[in-house]
Amino acid sequence: MASTRRLAPGLTRRSFLKASALAGAGLVIGLHAPSGRILPAHAADGGPFETYVRIAPDNTVTVLVAHMDMGQGIYTGTATLVAEELDAAWSQMRAEGAAGNPRLYGNMAWGGSTQGTGGSTGLSSSFERYRRAGAIARAMLIEAAAKAWGVPAAEISVADGQVSHANGTTSGFGDLAKLAATLPAPKEVTLKPPSAWRFIGNTDLPRLDSVDKTTGKQTFTLDVQLPGMLTAMVAHPPRFGATVAAFDASAAKAILGVVDVVQISRGVAVVANNAWAARQGRDALEVTWNEEKAETRGTAELLTEYRNLAAEGGGHTVRGVGDVAVGLGAAAKVIEAILEFPYLAHAALEPLDAVAHMDGDRLDVWGGHQLPDLYQSMAAQIAGVPMDRVNLNVMMTGGGFGRRGVGDADVIVEAVETAKAIGWRAPVKLMWSREDDMTGGRYRPLYVHALKAGIDSDGRIVAWQHRIVGQSILKGTPFGPMVLASTGGYDPTSVEGGAGNLPYDIPNLRLDLVTTNVGVPVLWWRSVGGTHNAYATETMIDELAAAAGQDPIAFRLANLGDHARHRAVLERVRDVSGWATPAPAGVGRGVAVVESFGSFVAQVAEVRLVEGRVKVDRVVSAIDCGIAVNPDIVKAQIEGSIGFGLGAILKSTITLEAGRVQQTNFDTYDVLRIDEMPQIDVHIIESTERPTGVGEPGVPPIGPAVANAVAALTGTRIRSLPFSQHRFSA
Amino acid sequence: MITLNVNGRAEAVDVDLQMPLLWVLRDVLGLTGTKYGCGIAQCGACTVHLDGEPTRSCSVAAGDVGTASITTIEGLSGKAGEAVQGAWQRLNVVQCGYCQSGQVMAAAALLQTTPNPKDADIDAAMSGNLCRCATYQRIRAAIHEAARTMEA
Repeated sequence: MASTRRLAPGLTRRSFLKASALAGAGLVIGLHAPSGRILPAHAADGGPFETYVRIAPDNTVTVLVAHMDMGQGIYTGTATLVAEELDAAWSQMRAEGAAGNPRLYGNMAWGGSTQGTGGSTGLSSSFERYRRAGAIARAMLIEAAAKAWGVPAAEISVADGQVSHANGTTSGFGDLAKLAATLPAPKEVTLKPPSAWRFIGNTDLPRLDSVDKTTGKQTFTLDVQLPGMLTAMVAHPPRFGATVAAFDASAAKAILGVVDVVQISRGVAVVANNAWAARQGRDALEVTWNEEKAETRGTAELLTEYRNLAAEGGGHTVRGVGDVAVGLGAAAKVIEAILEFPYLAHAALEPLDAVAHMDGDRLDVWGGHQLPDLYQSMAAQIAGVPMDRVNLNVMMTGGGFGRRGVGDADVIVEAVETAKAIGWRAPVKLMWSREDDMTGGRYRPLYVHALKAGIDSDGRIVAWQHRIVGQSILKGTPFGPMVLASTGGYDPTSVEGGAGNLPYDIPNLRLDLVTTNVGVPVLWWRSVGGTHNAYATETMIDELAAAAGQDPIAFRLANLGDHARHRAVLERVRDVSGWATPAPAGVGRGVAVVESFGSFVAQVAEVRLVEGRVKVDRVVSAIDCGIAVNPDIVKAQIEGSIGFGLGAILKSTITLEAGRVQQTNFDTYDVLRIDEMPQIDVHIIESTERPTGVGEPGVPPIGPAVANAVAALTGTRIRSLPFSQHRFSA
Repeated sequence: MITLNVNGRAEAVDVDLQMPLLWVLRDVLGLTGTKYGCGIAQCGACTVHLDGEPTRSCSVAAGDVGTASITTIEGLSGKAGEAVQGAWQRLNVVQCGYCQSGQVMAAAALLQTTPNPKDADIDAAMSGNLCRCATYQRIRAAIHEAARTMEA
């Protein structure tokens, strides 16, 4: 590998391990076993804290992070927790992904036995674990200093990355790490009280990845370079569920740089010396598809079916309180709405990719390892090697939004199968083109919602009937059977984010879920159920407020019962957004409040019409996410969530015609651009509660807040997304 | 065999002349800071400077570059480039970072020609650069910040 090329993190780590084995240098708090599940003995009996921190002779402290960083900042967040208890200097902190050992990296929010990134759980899962790791490392450094200097440990202090004794002796961490590594880890450590925190809650910590990501040095999977590496692209079926019947590789093989064409389980892979040759070869390939089992319905047919299902009734009753028919019958006013939500692509800017390389009997896989245990197991199965011979190199990903957490490990499987199909003769980088990514499925599902709700003459909500029709995301995943069994047969992600946890105090309420069977693959898409449920419920609440002749925030507060954290974020946006001052002429103002992933978010949006289109000028958001470990990252995530959600409701749609996806690239799948980004002000509620989700909870409220603002301005309720289908007039 | 002028160095490359400059930079020269996002000049992730002009390298054939001076993120230097990178870092602009090479290159080119851009100038210069993390608010603020540091 040329010296000018940056090593992939996995190689860096291995080089380090090799170096430390040879020179005995440095403290590795728990060796990251490169062979997967083979654990050093002390990690097996000493508890999971031992595999989280590495202190090198040059004083750098590298945190081995249990969660994939797709931009949400979990590397910086996890390093913050370690630095806090270690009393490190921020400038010495580093972070990298670790995987392949669920006993050490299992997601505590998922029960602790499976490693994974999702559901905005990264920081809550890490909050105890990594603070303890920092505290243990600190105690071991102090013990080492006490031995080296012949002084009592109690007389030694640590601050800003320096270990000091009252007599003036000081040392950096690096010089003590070798000795510290030989000492037993303390069983018990005391964590700092919040009043002593310097890093947690600090608004001035720079992200650890800012420099590399502004200088082109950050290595993503697509940037991995290995000696002799080949690049592959796969011809996928044009309709979901189709399979390869036959193919003719002669035209593909005639392309300069194409070295092989192989069939794999998901299509036909063209293997070449570079991406351009692979692309040309793939486009020249002639494949005949067997479409007997393919999905051939289009969006129009599906919508018709879904509307009928929404009208028919039935489904799984998720929530039932009182008697909705009686409640609606007695209501002073009843509002009905049918809402339609399209399929949405994640469209992360780095298209799907993975690198597979068999070296001897060891398989290395580079990728966005969002569900690493699963990927390790599937890679091992394909390669025919034991799990502990599969090493996962966790890469930063160019976005994700859910797309890297796939139950069937799609792109990982394709990379390993392709490398195997060419006889493991070279490392294989498997990449999807933008078109592959856009048309490749795994969408936010299409949904139809039917709502009917009533208020009494005092403006109290007295009845609420809500039916959701759409595909289940969990069904068909490895977690599906367990989760569906725990709920009695329905997918909780279909109702989360505003419907199943509707916070309003309603005496007669019924929520039914009708799950459809469609051959279009679906997946969690940033905030999952909150992407549609919050829109359906918070626009209906707004209509009820209007029907009651009440201010939308006052109406919500009056109906929120004892939901104190919802109330607090609503009151905050009311107080800081200028809500009490009427909106200027030509401006509409709307509000929404949603709890998702344990956090509470309220948003006020201000909109104008520009040539019949909605322009969002400003959004004020309040979030209660418990303790804000990195307040600036919390703000960044809310800003980004608003932009991400806003692009979707204003502009984005995936449609199918006769089973074929019609959008192929960013010229047809429209997403938010800089000129459409509103000014966003984020307010964080002070809290002593445990940290909760940050990456996703900013998404659900933006759609309904904007829709309610448009209704305030134009009187029009938008019931089918995206807004770009509609023209508005004030 | 053609010779490209990349970051001030003459690079002889033996490639299909139709190969987009993007893939020459990435797969032949190993300069992976320039990213692939769409391949059709719709996202801006592959933005480089050709004789100082921000250019989508996915849509320029290697054979059409000629003697133009190519600057990639790895070779970005000078007052505007440094001001942009510094402002990006101070304002914690990046999230996933995948688009940011292109954003930085586009912003540096903007500040070369328009040292004190208005919001409308930023919209015009930057709306071809997608950011799916939607870091746009901070990109805008960082361009203004970079302009201020260039004046100082």
